[in-house]
Amino acid sequence: MAMFRMQGSFIDNLPKIYGYYTGGFLLFVGLMALAEKMGVKEDTIGLLFVGFTIFIYALIGWLSRTMQLDAYYVAGRQVPTVFNGMATAADWMSGASFVAMAGGIYLGGHPYLAFVVGWTGGYVLVAVLMAPYLRKFGCYTVPDFIGTRYGGNAARLAAVVVLVVASFTYVTAQINATGTIASRALLVPFEVGIWFGLAGILLCSMLGGMRAVTWTQVAQYIVLIIAYLVPVIWMSNKQGFGVIPQFVYGDAVLRIAELEQLHQVGVLLPTEKVAGLGALVTKHNAPGDSFVANWRFATLVACMMIGTASLPHILMRYFTTPSVRAARASVAWSLFFIFLLYFTAPALATFTKLQMLDPNLATSVIGKSLAEVNAHVWVQKWAAVGGLKVIDSNGDGIVQVNEFFMNADIVVLATPEIAGLPYVISGLVAAGGMAAAMSTADGLLLAIANALSHDLYYKMIDPKADVKRRLIVARVLLVVIGAAAALVASLRLTGILGAVAWAFCFAMSGLFFPLVLGIWWKRATAAGAIAGMLGGLGAGSWYLYMVYAGGMAPWWGMDHLRFGMVGAAVSLVLIVVVSLLTPAPDKATQDMVDEVRIPKGETILGSSH
Amino acid sequence: MNTEASNRVVHWQRTRRLMIWHMIIWFIFSYLVHWFAKDLNAVKFMDFPLGFYMASQGSLVAFVVQLFIFSWQQHKIDVECGMAETE
Repeated sequence: MAMFRMQGSFIDNLPKIYGYYTGGFLLFVGLMALAEKMGVKEDTIGLLFVGFTIFIYALIGWLSRTMQLDAYYVAGRQVPTVFNGMATAADWMSGASFVAMAGGIYLGGHPYLAFVVGWTGGYVLVAVLMAPYLRKFGCYTVPDFIGTRYGGNAARLAAVVVLVVASFTYVTAQINATGTIASRALLVPFEVGIWFGLAGILLCSMLGGMRAVTWTQVAQYIVLIIAYLVPVIWMSNKQGFGVIPQFVYGDAVLRIAELEQLHQVGVLLPTEKVAGLGALVTKHNAPGDSFVANWRFATLVACMMIGTASLPHILMRYFTTPSVRAARASVAWSLFFIFLLYFTAPALATFTKLQMLDPNLATSVIGKSLAEVNAHVWVQKWAAVGGLKVIDSNGDGIVQVNEFFMNADIVVLATPEIAGLPYVISGLVAAGGMAAAMSTADGLLLAIANALSHDLYYKMIDPKADVKRRLIVARVLLVVIGAAAALVASLRLTGILGAVAWAFCFAMSGLFFPLVLGIWWKRATAAGAIAGMLGGLGAGSWYLYMVYAGGMAPWWGMDHLRFGMVGAAVSLVLIVVVSLLTPAPDKATQDMVDEVRIPKGETILGSSH
Repeated sequence: MNTEASNRVVHWQRTRRLMIWHMIIWFIFSYLVHWFAKDLNAVKFMDFPLGFYMASQGSLVAFVVQLFIFSWQQHKIDVECGMAETE
């Protein structure tokens, strides 16, 4: 505890502290395994996993409480490169990455790999075009940069609007995910689980702002990466694919192609519809061979990448590093830590599919008799909660591929049970999913609350407010926004992956070009930026509405997941045209841009502003 | 033009050129290879069909390596132009 008070020694001791933490967590997992052997009930183990980890995060959040501005907004700008990488990875990988992605690949095959490519390559844009320059700027929030670079409250306000729309869409999906996991682990209804999840999230962020979120996110990364890797490595060992399965599952991909022939995947289509569930109808490795199919892959990749580089909760993580150089290196480390999970997801999808399809494995279900399939405990369990359904449509007593329906989101959660691993692994996975959703929700809530408290309240409404007042306003906003997000989440309007893709599209529609051109094009003016932000957001939202609800046919196959393409294109045209039509920015602004482009020297904005 | 000012010009020129190179590499691994995924699948790489491999792993490895190299290259430019931070 003393270490948290003495910042210097705390930073120096980070590797040791998190080393002990990791050891302690592994010890806890071992204890749970022992408890399972001794006959402790499964429900109790799940409850202990989720409860214990949330308690630890909350403890870190409480220890990191602060009443200093730069600690609250940017963690005192002293987060070391590698640790910021881990925190960003946790901030980044949400319920969608942890829970939904492998399941998406399982059901969707190659086209879904666009998410894997898009959610990693976006960091190249972050590192090359944005993060080091924003760090040099020294802003607290993303609208802070827009407001100062372009000048004037209108530009700042427009940036706040885009930020709130994108981040709020995102955070409802994350709170939805925490509610789903909490309700299952703690055996409470979903509506109660949501509020419980929110309480955990607020405990992590409210007292210590960015500083608390940083140190809990590092802790959450460690839990989530262990929880994701252990089941896959265990499962691949059981199937004889070795210790680092990610490099050697090529054979499994080829074997699946044979099995798809055998089971007639893509030939047998479901004859009935089950709401929320799907049967396997897409081949695992069948890239498109038409222009539209390739274009759909490319546009999904583009939306996820450009969205990555526009999402304020990610960009603001790089405001916390000690230097510009550290910000740059930290992006590389972030991507490395993200890569560890993302290159595992397709492996997980492949192994799980093999388990289900290969008639030589005891775990297989497709092609087996109805009685055999229904005898699997995991089938009974997930069918009971609506995660899967077996319907013998043709009445032959055999389960064909078009008669086995499942929710893509259960693939990761159910994999340990499908593979017959002990229940302690399922508890670990639940804790990992909780960590992923909580860490992202934390970052998003903080991004929204900080933009409203710093940019809207302090910069525009009450510039004379003192530090104490500003920090109280920031915390009140955090609670209010969290509660609003939980209320919206409890309505369950959209699925997790859909809402996340929308958030990326909103962000890229409004923020990408105003941010990039603010650094790379001196001629960009305030009027241009405002037109780009509002016009882009407006055009994107219009297209989303028309395609999703308005009955308009998508342009070149760009459906509602890809509306950011339209928004960002409009945004680019508007910012360029309007900038050229308005007088060039004044000398002071141009000098400021010059200063942002070099690492050395003072930040543009002071350390407390 | 004094040295500081000309250093700044050179620094920004080199930074911009580096940015363009990395955007080209990024474009290749983000879009180009996946556009031809079907053709690449005819090639085997570490027992994987290459098109599947690139989307599930190859491009990701390229991005990670690229960013560490970028970070090193940009720092070199900063130092050589006298624009690096004093630590």
